[in-house]
Amino acid sequence: MRLYIDDLREGLLIAFAAIRANKMRSVLTAIGIFIGILSVTLMGTAIEGLNRAFNKSIAAIGADVLYVQKWPWGGGGDWWLIRNRKDIKIEHARAIQRQAELVRGVSPVTGTSRNVKYERKIIENAVIVGTNDEFVETSNVNVALGRFMTAMEVSGGRPVCVLGSEIAEGLFPNESPMGKSVKVGGYPYRVLGVLEKQGSFLGIQSLDNRVYVPINRFFKEFKSFRGGGIEVWVKAASLESLEETKEEIRGILRKVRRVSPKQPDDFAINQQDIFIQAFNQIGAVVAGFGLFITGLSLFVGGIGIMNIMFVSVTERTREIGVRKAIGAPRRSILIQFLIEAAALSLIGGLLGVIVAFPLTLVIDNVLPTAMPINVVAIALFVSVLVGIISGFLPAFRASRMDPVDALRYE
Amino acid sequence: MNDGTHAMSILIRLQNIKKMYQMGSEEVHALRGLNVEIKKNEYVAIMGPSGSGKSTLMNIIGCLDTPSSGMYELNGTNVSDMNDNQLARVRNKEIGFVFQTFNLLARSDVLHNVELPLIYGGVGGGERKRLARESIARVGLTDRAHHKPNELSGGQRQRVAIARALVTHPSILLADEPTGNLDSKTGDEIMGLFDVLHKEGNTIIIVTHEEEIAAHAHRRIRIRDGHIEHDEPVTDRRIIHHDIAASA
Repeated sequence: MRLYIDDLREGLLIAFAAIRANKMRSVLTAIGIFIGILSVTLMGTAIEGLNRAFNKSIAAIGADVLYVQKWPWGGGGDWWLIRNRKDIKIEHARAIQRQAELVRGVSPVTGTSRNVKYERKIIENAVIVGTNDEFVETSNVNVALGRFMTAMEVSGGRPVCVLGSEIAEGLFPNESPMGKSVKVGGYPYRVLGVLEKQGSFLGIQSLDNRVYVPINRFFKEFKSFRGGGIEVWVKAASLESLEETKEEIRGILRKVRRVSPKQPDDFAINQQDIFIQAFNQIGAVVAGFGLFITGLSLFVGGIGIMNIMFVSVTERTREIGVRKAIGAPRRSILIQFLIEAAALSLIGGLLGVIVAFPLTLVIDNVLPTAMPINVVAIALFVSVLVGIISGFLPAFRASRMDPVDALRYE
Repeated sequence: MNDGTHAMSILIRLQNIKKMYQMGSEEVHALRGLNVEIKKNEYVAIMGPSGSGKSTLMNIIGCLDTPSSGMYELNGTNVSDMNDNQLARVRNKEIGFVFQTFNLLARSDVLHNVELPLIYGGVGGGERKRLARESIARVGLTDRAHHKPNELSGGQRQRVAIARALVTHPSILLADEPTGNLDSKTGDEIMGLFDVLHKEGNTIIIVTHEEEIAAHAHRRIRIRDGHIEHDEPVTDRRIIHHDIAASA
């Protein structure tokens, strides 16, 4: 034990003396590791940020909501088979509404994009969503101003609408939109209310750039290009009973869509966790690939260390000979050079972390990230590890030197 | 380590030592069956022209190398078949090297250079410092303990090397051309120091090709072509009269 401590102490002393004596060379070598650690740390932070952004976005959708759609989330299945499925129709939504008991809300949802106009102001390509009164329940949105549409207005297909916050701000910067008549795709709609700001999904797609209209009216005026195919959002009675709700809906749909008992479902009941799963799968691949690419720069840095350690060992052949002559065992020589390699690498790693930290704060403005302390610890650990691995071959060669040859070396 | 009085006095016993090297396709016989015994507190000069095998003999005696055949008993222990790490331990405990080119660590101060064998010997911090200072005092460099080798003269550097060799209280002080890089006055000082160390009871083996240096020893072994040519007491001993260790 005492021997190891003295070996370590002696190794550290020698390592830092050697690094000091060859400042330029050491700095250049450390730069390789610096760049490696910097890029890996930034990549790691960016991936972490993406994951957080995703989880935040997904949480807004609601975990207790089922989405009845033609296409399953997360892919899989026979593309042609799924493409040729019968569309989900509004009748199916009605069937669920009538028969399902374990639900708190059912909304048929469909959408398209149209220009929205008020007097001289125009918002192009707003998302027009056709749905029903229970959408407030199934989408977890809150009404900021006025009210959402009623069941009567939906069934009667009244020309009324509810605006997303961005649309409301765009068309009515200085006045209340309540009761005003806006033109949606050329048709007049009376504004019933404005929804609370929801933010964006994954930072890309705004959820506030939307206009909600009764689905019956939607079909009359903006008949979906998919020929009436819609999706149905179902809010389960509770999160705990989500699976039972799913089974209930499945039974109802198989019946109304006349799926024979032997056939598989010709529809998909999607839920968030599938989406999360799919994202995590893709995320893992992207993260793995990104870290692999950036890891290459760390690998190159490691080769730099190995190279300079070979130089260092050769330069100090005589010193190795002297140490061996006065009784240094192989282990001590090995440890000495391993420490030198690790110290070189650690210097690069420290610099990398020090520079990466403020950069992650910059990234933070785009993606919600923060460099967690464990990333710092891992980065430093990895840089030491890279040093030890890269330094092993040169150190091993040094430890195996023949003392007679080493002492004779000029 | 030993029990018998006879074995006690014999420090080094070399029996039929042979050493061969493979040089390309040719086999070079550096030592062709040497028999030498060296007793405790002897002062031996090993002489010979270059290529005679004297360096090989020194390396074997110093446990830096092992013989191809034959038996080497050091202090009653057979060291001819030891592995690298065992030899390292023997070198650390039993042998103090003094080289022609001093071979100090340039980036370490005198104290640390002298401490080094104790570090590898596993001697703890306080005791290590004490022994190192003691050894430095013996060669008269107490006031230079924190100087780097490049701040010292050649003679001072060689004295640091001697202090390093002595610090573990080895059985043998093995010096390879210890004055080869020094002017004659400084060389005399160093040889004077060896004389003192011999008087204090150390066993000293000096490898040299200079008659003048060899004249300090009590016994002269001449090597030629891997054989012992002469092995005789030194009759015309040269003695440095002033006490170097005290004057430094």
